Amino acid sequence: MNFQPDPADQAFREEVRAFLREQLPVDVAARNRRGFHPSKEDELWWTQLLYRRGWSAPHWPVEYGGTGWSPQRRFIFEEECFLAGAPPTCAAGFSLLGPVLYTYGSDDQKARFLEPTRRGEIFWGQLFSEPNAGSDLASLKTTAVRDGDHYVVNGQKTWTTEGHYADWLFCLVRTDSSSKPQRGISFLIIDAKSPGVTIRPIVSIDDAHTLNETFLDNVRVPVANRIGEENAGWSYAKLLLEHERAFSAEVPRNKRLLSQLKHIAALALDGGARLIDDPLFSSRIAEAEIELRALEWLTLRALADMDHGADAGRPVGSVLKVRGSELIQKIGALIVEALGPYGLIAYPELDFETLPGPEAAAGKTADFLYRRAVTIYGGSNEIQRNIIAKGFLGL
Amino acid sequence: MDFDLADEQSLFKDAIDKLVQKEYGFEQRRRYAAEPEGWSRRVWSQLAEQGFLALPFDEAHGGLGYGPVELMLVNEALGRGLLLEPYLSTVVIAGGALRAGASDEQLALWVPQIAAGELLVSLAYLEKQSRYNLADVATRAELRDGEYRLSGTKIAVLHGDSADRLLVAARTAGARTDEEGISLFMVDADSAGLRRRGYRTQDGLRAADLILSDVAVPAANLVGRIGGGHALLQRASDYAIAALASEAVGCMQAALEMSVDYLKQRQQFGAPISRFQALQHHAADMLVEVEQARSMAMLAALVVDDVDEAERRKTLSAVKVQIGKSGRIVGQLAVQLHGGIGVTEEYAVGHYFKRLTMIESQFGDGEHHLTKIAAAGGFVSVTP
Repeated sequence: MNFQPDPADQAFREEVRAFLREQLPVDVAARNRRGFHPSKEDELWWTQLLYRRGWSAPHWPVEYGGTGWSPQRRFIFEEECFLAGAPPTCAAGFSLLGPVLYTYGSDDQKARFLEPTRRGEIFWGQLFSEPNAGSDLASLKTTAVRDGDHYVVNGQKTWTTEGHYADWLFCLVRTDSSSKPQRGISFLIIDAKSPGVTIRPIVSIDDAHTLNETFLDNVRVPVANRIGEENAGWSYAKLLLEHERAFSAEVPRNKRLLSQLKHIAALALDGGARLIDDPLFSSRIAEAEIELRALEWLTLRALADMDHGADAGRPVGSVLKVRGSELIQKIGALIVEALGPYGLIAYPELDFETLPGPEAAAGKTADFLYRRAVTIYGGSNEIQRNIIAKGFLGL
Repeated sequence: MDFDLADEQSLFKDAIDKLVQKEYGFEQRRRYAAEPEGWSRRVWSQLAEQGFLALPFDEAHGGLGYGPVELMLVNEALGRGLLLEPYLSTVVIAGGALRAGASDEQLALWVPQIAAGELLVSLAYLEKQSRYNLADVATRAELRDGEYRLSGTKIAVLHGDSADRLLVAARTAGARTDEEGISLFMVDADSAGLRRRGYRTQDGLRAADLILSDVAVPAANLVGRIGGGHALLQRASDYAIAALASEAVGCMQAALEMSVDYLKQRQQFGAPISRFQALQHHAADMLVEVEQARSMAMLAALVVDDVDEAERRKTLSAVKVQIGKSGRIVGQLAVQLHGGIGVTEEYAVGHYFKRLTMIESQFGDGEHHLTKIAAAGGFVSVTP
C-alpha cells in the first residue's frame, strides 16, 4: 500500500485540462454546467471533436479505437470533462452497448457499428425496462418470434433516455417463454427508423423531455442483428451493468454540484448576508464535502481493483451507487434551499435571464427534481441493498 | 497509488493479526481487564518483542522507521481485538508528540525504553475546561533555580494511572487559551507533588486525573521549544486521529461480521432472522459505512505526514467526522441487530459499540471538526 498519487497521472490531468481550455467553447460549457438536459447536437459535436483527438471511446480496447488508459486515467478524463462543462457523449452507446458489442458481437456487427459510434455518427437508445418489468427486469415480456431470417418484435419499453435522439436501439426481448425468466432473453439491435417503432415523450417532473416510452409493433429485425447467442442476452446485459461499477458514484457530478452549491451560498442573497457565513448552513455543506471525499477515495480503490482485474472482495458497485446517488440528492436539496425564493422559479432553458435571480439559479431546481431518479434507476437503492445483503453478506 | 499490500506489509499484517487472534479472544480480554492495571503486561511484552512498540520511531533513535500505512494496519488489528493495552497513549499519542518535538538526545534515551515495553508515557493535555481546544491550558510551569515547577490539574489522561512518565502540557507564558506559551514536560510519575487518581472509562480502558502541586521537573525534560508546545499537541492529535480511524475500522468490521453471523443463527418466527429485509438493509447500510470509513482511514494515512499543514489538518478533520458518523451508525445498528443480548455486558458486540462511541469523543467530535472544515473553506473549489 502506498497512497501517494502518481505524478504521471497529475501530468495527464494537466494535459486534459489544456485540451479542454483549447477546445471547449465558453458558451457550450456554461450551457452544460447549468443543469438542463444536453442537446443531441452538443453531444454529437463533442463526440466528433473527441474522435479527432482519439478520445471518444477511451475505455474501449485499443483494437477498437480505445486509448489504453488505465481506469484511473479514464476517471481523471471524465472528471475534468464534466467539471469543465463538456457535453456528455452518448452513454448508452459508449458505456452500455459498446462493451457488449466488442465482447460478444460478430465481426460484421463490430465493423458496422463500433467505428460509426466512435465517430459520433450513431446515437444509441437502450430498451430494457418495461411498464411491468422495472426492478424485476428478468420478467420482461416484449417478444421476438422467428420468421425466416427475421425476428418479429412486439411489446412496450419505457424509460428510454434520449430515445428521441436515437438512430439505433438495443433491446432485450423474450425469445423463449418456456424456461426460467433469465434464460429466454435475447439481445437485439434495432434500427430506430424501422416500421412499427414509435417513440413517445415522457415529460419528467422537471418539465423536460429526455425520457421516452417506446412501442414495438410487429417490428421486423434481421436475425443478423442479434448479438451473441439466442437466449443468452441476460448474461450480456449483466456484463454491461457490471462494466461501469467503479464509476457508479458519479463523483464528477457530485463535485460539480458541490462547487455550484458553494458558489450560490457565497452570493449575498439574504439581505446582503451570505449563507456560507451562517455556521449551521456551512457545516451542512462541510458534511457533504466530507462524504464526497470518502466517496472519491472509495472510487479510487475501486478503480485500482479494476486496473488489476481483481475482484474487490466487496460489493463495490452497489456501495458506490447507494452513496453517490444519495449524495447527489442531498447536495441538490441544499442548492434549492440556498436559492431561497429563486428556487421556486421555473427557469426556461432559453431566456432565463429575463426572470429574476442570479444566473446560477437557472436549471438548479429542475436538476434537483430530475435527480430524484438517481436512487431509482440502474437498480434502485433498495435493490442495491438487497445485492449487498444477499450477494455479499450471504443473508 | 497502490491499494494492495506489499510483501513486507502482508507479513506485518499477518503478524499483528495472529497476535490479536491468539491473545485477544473476548474471554481473554475479560481476564486482562481484571488484572491490577486493567490490561495485560504479558501482551505488552509480546507487542514489544515483535517490534510493534518501536514501529513509528526513527531507526536512528532505536525505532523501526515504519510509516503511517503500517501503523494503520496495526491499529486496525488492535480495534478488531478491542485491545486494552496503552498502545494509543504511549506509542501513538505521546510517541507522536515526542517524534514531533523531542531532541535527538531525548529520543535516543526514551525510544529504546518505549520499544522495549519498559517505559509507558501518557500525554496529559486535557483540563476540566478545555473540551477539544488544545490551546486551552491553565496548568502553569515556572522556571526556578534551574528547574521547572508545575502546578495545575489534568483530567482523563489515557492510561495515566499506569504511565511511568507523563508528558504534561503547561503554560510558560500567555493567557489561558493562547496557542503560544504552552510547553511540554516529561514528568516522572512518582515525582513529589504529583497525585494521580486512576479510573475505568466506559469502553473498559483506563484513565487518570492528575493534580500537580509545585512538581519539580529538570530543565532537560522540557520537550520541544519553550512556549512551542501547541504545535506538538497538534501533531499528537494528527497521529491520534489517524490511529483512531483505523482502530475504528477494525471495530466496525468486527461488529459487522458478528452481526451478520448472528442474523444467520438467530431463529424467530420459525426461520433465521436473516430472511427479513428490514434487517438485511440494516446490515447493508453497515457495510456501506465500513467502506466509507475504511477509505477515510486510508486517506488519513496519506495525509498524516503531509507538510502542508492546512491541508493536513482539514483532511484529518474530515476523517474524524466520517469515522464518528460511521462508527455511530455501525455500532448502534450492530446492537440493534443483536436484540436484547446486544445490551448485555457478557456479549462482545456491546463492547465494540462502546469503544466506537468513545472514539467519537476523543480529539474532537464531529461537530467540532465540521466547524473547522467549514471555517477552512472545505475542499471543493467554488465555481458557478
